[in-house]
Amino acid sequence: MDFVSFLIQVLNSLQYGLLLFLVASGLTLVFGIMGIINLAHGSFYMIGAYLAFALTSMTGNLMLSIALGVPLAFAFGALLEWLLFSHLYKRDHLEQVLLTYGLILIFEELRSLAVGDDVHGVAIPAIFSASIPLSDNLSYPVYRLVISVVCLALAGGLYYLIQRTRLGMMIRAGSHDRDMVKALGIDINVLYRTVFALGVALAALAGMLAAPISSVYPGMGSSVLIISFVIVVIGGVGSVWGALVAALLIGFADTFGKVLLPDLAGLMVYLVMAVVLLWRPEGIFRKG
Amino acid sequence: MSEVLLAAEGMTRRFGGLTANHNVNLSLERGVLHALLGPNGAGKSTCINMLSGDLPPSEGTIRFKGEDITGLGSHQRSKIGIGRSYQRTNIFPKFSVLENCRLAAQSRNPRPWRLFADALRLADTVERARAAIAEAGLAGREERIAGTLSHGEQRQLEIAMVLATDAQVLLLDEPLAGMGSDESAQMVTLLNRLKATRAILLVEHDMDAVFAVADRITVMVNGQVLESGTPQQIRNSPDVQQAYLGHEAEHE
Amino acid sequence: MNSRVSTIFKLAVLAAVLAFPVFGSGFYTEMLAKVLILAIFAMSLDLLVGFTGLVSFGHAAYFGVAAYAVALVTPKYDPASLWLALPVSVAAAALVAFVIGLFVLRTKGIYFIMVTLAFAQMAYYVFHDTPLGGGSDGIYLNFKPDAAIAGWAPFDLNEPLHLYYFVAGAMLFVYGLLKLVLRSPFGRVLVGIRSNEHRMLSLGYATFRYKLAAFTLAGALAGLAGFLYAVLFGFVTPEYLSWHKSGDVLLMVILGGMGNLAGAIAGAVALVGLQELFTGMTKHWQLLMGVTIVAAVLFMPGGMTATPARIMARINGGKTNE
Repeated sequence: MDFVSFLIQVLNSLQYGLLLFLVASGLTLVFGIMGIINLAHGSFYMIGAYLAFALTSMTGNLMLSIALGVPLAFAFGALLEWLLFSHLYKRDHLEQVLLTYGLILIFEELRSLAVGDDVHGVAIPAIFSASIPLSDNLSYPVYRLVISVVCLALAGGLYYLIQRTRLGMMIRAGSHDRDMVKALGIDINVLYRTVFALGVALAALAGMLAAPISSVYPGMGSSVLIISFVIVVIGGVGSVWGALVAALLIGFADTFGKVLLPDLAGLMVYLVMAVVLLWRPEGIFRKG
Repeated sequence: MSEVLLAAEGMTRRFGGLTANHNVNLSLERGVLHALLGPNGAGKSTCINMLSGDLPPSEGTIRFKGEDITGLGSHQRSKIGIGRSYQRTNIFPKFSVLENCRLAAQSRNPRPWRLFADALRLADTVERARAAIAEAGLAGREERIAGTLSHGEQRQLEIAMVLATDAQVLLLDEPLAGMGSDESAQMVTLLNRLKATRAILLVEHDMDAVFAVADRITVMVNGQVLESGTPQQIRNSPDVQQAYLGHEAEHE
Repeated sequence: MNSRVSTIFKLAVLAAVLAFPVFGSGFYTEMLAKVLILAIFAMSLDLLVGFTGLVSFGHAAYFGVAAYAVALVTPKYDPASLWLALPVSVAAAALVAFVIGLFVLRTKGIYFIMVTLAFAQMAYYVFHDTPLGGGSDGIYLNFKPDAAIAGWAPFDLNEPLHLYYFVAGAMLFVYGLLKLVLRSPFGRVLVGIRSNEHRMLSLGYATFRYKLAAFTLAGALAGLAGFLYAVLFGFVTPEYLSWHKSGDVLLMVILGGMGNLAGAIAGAVALVGLQELFTGMTKHWQLLMGVTIVAAVLFMPGGMTATPARIMARINGGKTNE
């Protein structure tokens, strides 16, 4: 592999890993703070992608669609938490698995009823549609760079949110010790609803950003869900920074796996997980 | 001098920046009831957890009959004859008293490959369980569901389970906690009987009971051994009076 | 239900199962055979979820591995010997379960759920992405295994009735086997582990080994189900290992009531029944399925049986005593 191809793969790895981070960060937060295992988290990614498709066909502009779609997803998340997930906190993991498994079936069928089972494309916004030439015959699409930059900015924002704000203080307290949150006099319902909605919004945003490059297709939520599980497991349940490191690790493993060992492409991420588990059964950044 | 069964040398445990046990030396001899006293947070639970293998020490050596067992986990220590009971009752609440003790007894001769044998008909195991139940004073309660026993009876069941494993070293974490005076008196009688053939470490809050039953007392404060000696020596130690009784006064 | 009524009821069900093909149509006989196979699958998972307290969300992997094994050992133009294909398939599933168990049993609680799912997905991709088993299209089993021993054939699996009774026999075998295992010293330890693993350790049990043995046995029995499924339907696809299959079998166990072998069988009946009912109503039957599941969880607080509380206690309380 020459340098330019290598560079392109590195950029692809970063872009894929960062996108996965958006999905996995919500999953790991929701588990770390509320103790909920949410199989339907991948559906939010799928819903985001279809939202991008639907809104873009109406508005003709992906960026406008995202600006509309993220608040919608946030509101949807808050609603879902109120209606369903708030009843799950005291239930055991098995019931959480069941309910969220049922939710996946519901979301997939509603998607099928609403937009059918065809694969759809979403146009890249015109201003990002160019490619940067890297050599005589290789170039890199600007849009992918934009995704990486947006995701990095969001990771930075998340860092600020968690480390520097009052909400972040509650999140940190909550993922450390749920009783402490109550002792601090924090309204636990508001905290849970906000965090859950934030997770939904992040996953949906990831789906919207990915829509132009991956296209929009049935079942896109499940594959992302399972990869996100792997990331959460590798990073350590509840650790956002663990999720970031793990997501990048998976991004590189998957991208380079496809290039170097195409026969084993689908397996690479699971092999990485197996190795990490042998080394640290509780993930890299497990707290306590 | 009698036979030393379990000994800790320089046992230390740190949790992050906190040192919960620092350089603890302790030895348990057959026929001796050794009590571990100390205010809350003195490191008694950490100490018993390291002796039982629930928690690995950061430093130091633990020996059983002279052999280094520091690296053994709790199930391996149980196998060689170190049994423990728990401060918070730690039984199988939905099983009968007999099944609780039968499982404990079965661990001495587990026979996992006998897939087609009825576990309830393995006579040696069931007899051992019944004997332990009787020894702990629970005869007649065999078929009761453990979770429905009174608090005191559940504490007795804790002991019965340890006895059913034929342990030579008993590590008992506050067996008297929450017991009424009658129940306490019974338990003290039981402990006196048990120590004849075994080495016992008794972690206990109840000073009266400790002085009534202990042959040797070790006082811990702030993760360190303050004083170790006979009840008489401990009673007369100015250090203990100042440090421990002072602390205790704060708690009360 | 007292035990005599329960015994009579079970015998009546058994009689109905055995008599069914005599009266029922071929279509329903095949469907009942499918239910019986799924009952084996569900019982094998119940050994983990209901009796040992291990919520495995990747149980389809062992089902699928055995199904592929029978397809792969069958020559292109001849049937394989049943007496080779069956043990090889079951052993393959057991081996995969053993190796995966070495990894996943190092984790607990929510990690265990996620890691079993991830490993099953890994197995899924082995068959989906590599040409080993025909890739995503799957592979046909052109010939059902041949039961002949040295030229004498006690039965012929190409005969639907023979196949049906073979499946029914396998299900009874698994039911009886698990009943025996659960009353053995080994089975008692598993139930102890579900109730309080920490105490089992301090009583001197190397619980990891017991869990690994249970995981391997459950994998082997899931493999038996996968073998029969492949033989019944004559083809194998990666979907046999998919996480939907793992979700379905978990549903069966829970619908029927965990920690109860007869319940696992009832769960298989209920799930196939619901699927038949809903597919008859609409193309979007999964929607009805999803709503049923969500409603069941929400409106049956404490779960469909009392057992989930025990699993919860194990997940939350089984780690440390502090």
